[in-house]
Amino acid sequence: MKLLLTLFLTFFKIGIFSYGGGYVMLPMIYQELEKFGLTMQEFSDVVAISQMTPGPIAVNAATYIGYKSAGFTGAFFATLGISLPSFILIMIIASVIVKFKSSSVISYAFKGIRPATVGMIASAVVFFANTSIIDLSLIEEGFGKIFNIGPIIIFALTIIASKLTKLDPITLTITGGILGIIFMQFGL
Amino acid sequence: MPRPAHQAEKMRNLSLYIRVVSDKIGFVEILVIIKQSLSALYRKLRILLAGCDLVDVKTIIKLFSVFFKIGAFTFGGGYAILPVIQKEVVDKNKWLTEEEVLDVFAVSQSIPGVISINSAIYIGRKVAGIPGAVSSGLGMILPSFIVILAIAPLIINLRDNEIVGSFFNGIRASASALILLAAIKMSKSAIREKWGIAVAAASFVLVVFFDVHAVWVIIGGAAAGIAYGLFDKRKRSCK
Repeated sequence: MKLLLTLFLTFFKIGIFSYGGGYVMLPMIYQELEKFGLTMQEFSDVVAISQMTPGPIAVNAATYIGYKSAGFTGAFFATLGISLPSFILIMIIASVIVKFKSSSVISYAFKGIRPATVGMIASAVVFFANTSIIDLSLIEEGFGKIFNIGPIIIFALTIIASKLTKLDPITLTITGGILGIIFMQFGL
Repeated sequence: MPRPAHQAEKMRNLSLYIRVVSDKIGFVEILVIIKQSLSALYRKLRILLAGCDLVDVKTIIKLFSVFFKIGAFTFGGGYAILPVIQKEVVDKNKWLTEEEVLDVFAVSQSIPGVISINSAIYIGRKVAGIPGAVSSGLGMILPSFIVILAIAPLIINLRDNEIVGSFFNGIRASASALILLAAIKMSKSAIREKWGIAVAAASFVLVVFFDVHAVWVIIGGAAAGIAYGLFDKRKRSCK
């Protein structure tokens, strides 16, 4: 019972104090390891598992740790803990924003926020491209070394397929993954 | 009189056959019962929620299934879900406009919490109130929960596997292509004036090269927008 409460409260705390998604939450989870009786080795399992399974990284990590330390109910309370802050905060923010929607200050603010968000989304392209299409850590071995041919072909094919066909993004991404396996067989 | 051996075998085969068939019938019956009780539940839910004007049960179920799909098939967290949300929420179901999705994304990035859950709950809330928020949020969380409980112990040994590694390499490559297309598409509705290009470029540079956090980028964007607003109003009042 006490463990379940600890799981819930710890993940609630992580949910409410961490800005910036899964990659920020993982280090926070690392600091709380002792509470759940996890070792360093098990934490590296947590990181690998949460990235290998679909869905939000933080939720994957919470479910896995909860399950490891207290079975199914543990998984339930940890997942509840990490998700509840989102629910509470969005409910508050949504009603506040609706109230001020007609104010011209807010509408001008959003005129600036929208382009800033687009810039941020574009920066996510770099984040996803690094270590797949390009590998900037190899830049010391020469400029030509940083490009990976297989992923570049997948990148181009995805753009072409998305423009020419009506395939949805999920199909395109999974296809990209399968092509990744095929290209690997040819050493690309 | 003892039966001949082949007849005894025949009987055994027959009883086995009957058992298999009855098992199958039982299975079908169970399916039928499940289906009936589900549709009864659906009818009851409809009657229960029919009184509220805002609540459209179909929309709520659809929200759940859309976010369940997103949760079950997207890898890599917050930004990877963006192209799917654009397709499902804006293009297919026409629940929100492109600008509204951008605003949802800006808010989800700049408050604490899991970004993709924030976005799911906010979209659900905008489309169908609190019931929509709950069903979208559950839809987003449930696949993670199921997948982790079902297969996490099995796949832990695969993490250094070369094939798994190249699968994720491919996924990252096509995800980056899709996010690029999403950003280009969104820039058309988000950037209406020239100063918007400067804001977008500045936020890109700040995040990529200086590792500036999303909150500051959003606050900076808001400040730029308000500054433009003051300038714009003064210009108008002078005319």
